[in-house]
Amino acid sequence: MATEGTVLQLPQRLPWYSVARLRHLTNLIFKEYPVVWLTILFLVLIFPALTADFTAPHDPLKQQLSKRLTPPVWDQTGDKPGTWSNILGTDKQGRDILSRIMHGSRISLMVSLSALAIGGTIGTTLGLVSGYFGRWVDHLIMRVVDTFLALPLILMALVIVAVFGPSFYTAIGVISVLLWSRYTRQIRAEVLSIKALDFVARARVAGCSNLRIIVKHVFPNVVNTLIVLATLQVGTVILLEATLSFLGAGIPRPNPAWGVMVADGRDHIASAWWIAVMPGLAIMFVVLSMNMMGDWLRDKLDPKLRQV
Amino acid sequence: MTSQADNYQAENYYEPEKNIGEVVLDVRDLRTYLYTRWGITKAVDGLNFQVRAGETLGIVGESGCGKSMTALTLLRLAPKPAARIVSGEIFLDGENILERPENEMRFVRGQKISMILQDPMTSLNPVFTIGNQMVEALGMYYQEEQQRGLRDRAVDILRRMGVAAPERRVMDFPHQMSGGMKQRVVGAMAIAGTPRVLICDEPTTALDVTIQAQYLRLLKQVQAESGVSIIFITHDMGVVAKMCDRALVMYAGRVVEQGDIRTLFKNPSHPYTKALMASVPSMEEKHVDKLYSIEGQPPALFDLPVGCRFANRCEFVTDKCIETYPPSFANEQGHSADCWLLEGQSEWRQVTEAGV
Amino acid sequence: MEQDVLLQATDLTKYFPVTKGLVLQKIIGWVQAVDHINFTIRRGQTLALVGESGCGKTTTAKLILRLERPTTGQITLETADVHNLEGEELKQYHTDVSAVFQDPWSSLSPRMRVRDIISEALVVNQKVTTKEAYDRVDYLLESVGLRAQQATLYPHEFSGGQRQRLAVASALVGNPKLICLDEPVSALDVSIQAQIMNLLKDLQDQFNVGYLLVAHNLATVRYLAHEVAVMYLGEIVEQAETDELYDNTLHPYTKALFSAALTANPDSQREEIILRGEVPSPINPPSGCRFHVRCPYAMDICSQEIPERKELAPGHFVSCHLY
Repeated sequence: MATEGTVLQLPQRLPWYSVARLRHLTNLIFKEYPVVWLTILFLVLIFPALTADFTAPHDPLKQQLSKRLTPPVWDQTGDKPGTWSNILGTDKQGRDILSRIMHGSRISLMVSLSALAIGGTIGTTLGLVSGYFGRWVDHLIMRVVDTFLALPLILMALVIVAVFGPSFYTAIGVISVLLWSRYTRQIRAEVLSIKALDFVARARVAGCSNLRIIVKHVFPNVVNTLIVLATLQVGTVILLEATLSFLGAGIPRPNPAWGVMVADGRDHIASAWWIAVMPGLAIMFVVLSMNMMGDWLRDKLDPKLRQV
Repeated sequence: MTSQADNYQAENYYEPEKNIGEVVLDVRDLRTYLYTRWGITKAVDGLNFQVRAGETLGIVGESGCGKSMTALTLLRLAPKPAARIVSGEIFLDGENILERPENEMRFVRGQKISMILQDPMTSLNPVFTIGNQMVEALGMYYQEEQQRGLRDRAVDILRRMGVAAPERRVMDFPHQMSGGMKQRVVGAMAIAGTPRVLICDEPTTALDVTIQAQYLRLLKQVQAESGVSIIFITHDMGVVAKMCDRALVMYAGRVVEQGDIRTLFKNPSHPYTKALMASVPSMEEKHVDKLYSIEGQPPALFDLPVGCRFANRCEFVTDKCIETYPPSFANEQGHSADCWLLEGQSEWRQVTEAGV
Repeated sequence: MEQDVLLQATDLTKYFPVTKGLVLQKIIGWVQAVDHINFTIRRGQTLALVGESGCGKTTTAKLILRLERPTTGQITLETADVHNLEGEELKQYHTDVSAVFQDPWSSLSPRMRVRDIISEALVVNQKVTTKEAYDRVDYLLESVGLRAQQATLYPHEFSGGQRQRLAVASALVGNPKLICLDEPVSALDVSIQAQIMNLLKDLQDQFNVGYLLVAHNLATVRYLAHEVAVMYLGEIVEQAETDELYDNTLHPYTKALFSAALTANPDSQREEIILRGEVPSPINPPSGCRFHVRCPYAMDICSQEIPERKELAPGHFVSCHLY
C-alpha cells in the first residue's frame, strides 16, 4: 500500500546537467503535471474553437485569389514572400490557413464531443447491460460488438456516407457507430469484475432492483474508466474525422475541416507544402496531447479503482 | 488419487527432537524506511534478533506492523526505490550481507536464505511445467552436466516435500495442481538450494485447515532432516504456538517483546502481547465471559508518536510512556520486552537506551 | 429450552451445471454444491456452518439470501417460503434478512456515502422519509461504536475494522430477524476480530436477531455459535449444540477437522489426526459416504451405502456408519 504510485524523489547532490536530474525534470513535466499537453490542447483546440469568430484574422471562407499560395511568414525566399497578414500562408484559393485551422478546430471539437457523447452513451449502456446480466444478453451484445469490430472501419464509413450523403451530422453519426463497440467491450470487462464484488451482492440482499444496482452501485465505479477511455478516444475521433474528410466522406467542402484542408493540400505538396502540413501539425498536436492526457489520467485514476 | 491404504498416517508419526545449534542469523538495529509521497514510513524501525541453526523463530503481528517488510529486507528485496535500509547489520553465517554488492545477492538468496510466500498461486509461473521451473531454480545451485541430473534432483526434492508420484508431477503445469500441492512445490523450490535460513511468510493462510496441518508437519520434518532455521511470519497465534520455539511480537515497526513460546503465551510481559493473547478465543474452553478486546487501532507508520507506540491503546499508560519510547528490559531466560512497566523490577535489567 | 423456529431449510439442494461448448452449451456434469441438507435456525440464536473450502457452506448462505435459487428443497422464514415471495412480502423479506460479508474492503460501495449505504435496505423496501432513514443511520452508527458525524464520509475513509462495523450497521438497518455472517472476522486483524465478535454478540442480545454464521475458524465459531453444523462436500455430516459438539466429536471428519485446528496454546496435548489427500471434486463425489476415501475408519459399507442421519444424544445428529 505504501509503495503505490510513482515516487518522485528529487535526487540529492547531483549537478543540474546530470542524466538523473534531467530525467527527473522531464518526468515532472510530462508525467506528473501534464501542463504542457493541456496548454497545447488549449492553444490549438479549445481556445480557437470557442473564439474563432473574434480572434481569427480572416474569414475562413473568403477567397482572395491575388494572395493565393502565399507561404508562411518566415519563408521570405521565394518569388512570393510570406506576409504577417497570413502568418501560416494561404491555400490555392487565397484563403488564410491560420483562420481555417482555427475554425476547423471548432468542427473537430464539435464532431469529437458529439460522437463521443452518442457513441459513449450507447456503448456504456450496452456494456453495463451486457456485463451485468450475462447469459444470452451478453452473448447477443458481444457478438454484435465482435461484428462491428471486425468490419473495415473506413470502408463502412464510405458506404454509409455514400448512402446518406456527406454532411456534418452524417460524420457524427458514422463516427458514433464506429465508436460504441469499444466502449461496450471495455465497460463490460470492468462490470464483470465489479459484479463479483461483495457490495453488489449486498445490494441484491438489500432488495435493490437491477436498475438501481446498475445505476447506483456499478456505474459510479466505471466512471473512471469511462473518462480515461473518452480522453484516449478524442484523439482517435479527430483522426477519424480527418481521415473521412480527407477521403471526401466527412465534412463537406468548403467548411474548414482539418482533414479537408490536408486533402486540398495534397495536390500542391511539392510546391506549397504548408497547405497540407499546417493542418496536419494541428491534428498531430491535438491527438498527441490527448493521448498523453489519457495516459496521465489513467495513471492517476487507476490506483483508486484498484482499491475498490 | 491416492489409494485407500496410505490415507492415514497418524500412528507412526513422532515429534522430531529439536537440535538447536549456533547462531546463523544475527540482525542488529535494522531499519527499513519507505520514502513515500505521504512521508517516511518506518516499516521496520530498530530490529534486533538472532536465529540459531535448527530453530524456528516466529514473527507475530498485525497487518502493517512491518513483519513482511522485515522478511523482504532480510532477502534485500524491499521494493525500490521507495524502500531504503537506513541502518543496521544482517549477519548471515558471520557475513554482513548488507555489505555485499547487489549483483552478488543472488548467490545468497536461495542458497543461504530463502523464502516461501503466502500465495502459491502467484509464486509459480503458469506457462511452465513444475519440472522446468524447478530445473531452472536448481541450475543456479548445482553444476550438473546434464538436464537429466537436475531433473532427478528436482524429483528427489519434491518427494522430500511430500509430493506423491513426483516423477509424474514434474510434467504438470501449476493449474493442474491443488493449492496445497502448489505450496509444496513452492516449498520444494525454496529448500532446493539447501539454505541455512528459510523465511515462511504466512505460507498456510491460503490453505484449508486439514491441508495446513499436513503442510506444517512437513515443514517440521524438513527442518529435522536438514537443520534449516525457519523464520515463520504469521498473524495466527495457533500456528505460532504449534510451530515456533521462540517468537518476536511486532507492533508498529518495532519488536515489543521476544522470548520463548511458552513464556510468551503463558506469561507475557508487554501489555500488547497480553492483550493479544487475551483477545484470541479458545476452542478448547466454553465461553462465559466476553472476549477481551483491544480498542482503537495501531498508529500510522508515517505518523508515529514519540513515545511508546502502543500508548494510545494501553490500559497501563503513564505520562512517561507518552513522552519517551521505553528501553528494552531483559531477564535471565533471554526474554525481553520494551515497556516502562518493567523498570525497577528485580528480575528485569535494562539493556538498551530509552527513547531510541 | 425449545425456542421457536425462525428459519427452516428442508431437503435443500443446489447443483451447478458444468457446461461445455460455446454456443450450444452441453451440460456434462453437476457440481453438487449443497446436497439434501436440513437445518433450522432459532429466533435470536446462532447456527454456524463449518467446513473447508468447497464444502457448500457459502452456497447455503447464498440460498438463504436469495442470491441463488435452490435446485430442490425449500427454505421457510417463519411461515413464508423464501423463494416464492412476491411484492410486499418480498420487500418485507429483504428487510428481515440481511448479510455481512467477509471482506470489508469490497462489501461497501466505494462511491456512496456511508449513510446511503447503511440506509439502502430501508429506502428501497419501505416508505420512509430521508430524515427517518438518516436518524436510523445515526442511531445504528452509535450502536456499532462509531460516531453519527461519520455518516457523510465515504467508506475508504475508514479502517478495516471500522468498515466491518459499517457493514454490521447496514445489516441491522431494517430490524432484521436473521443476518447471514459470511466469515465476518477472518479478513480482520486479531485484535480487531475480538472487537467485532463482541459487537456481534452484544447486538444479538440487543436486537434478538438470529445469525447464520459461515466460518472456518473453530474458535470463532465456539465463541459465537449456539449450534454448529459440520459440512463436508455439500452434506451436513454432524450437527449439535456448540458445547456438546466441541466436547464430544463423533464423525471421523469432525474429529480430523477439530484436531487440525490449531490453538493458541503451545502445550496443547491434543490427539493429532492428519488426513491424507485432499477434498475430492464435488463434480463426481465419492459414492456412499462422501468421506470414505479419506476416512481412517472406512469400512466396506461406507463406499456402498449413504449413511443415515442418527440422533445419538439429544440434539446431536451424525451421519456415519460407525454409529
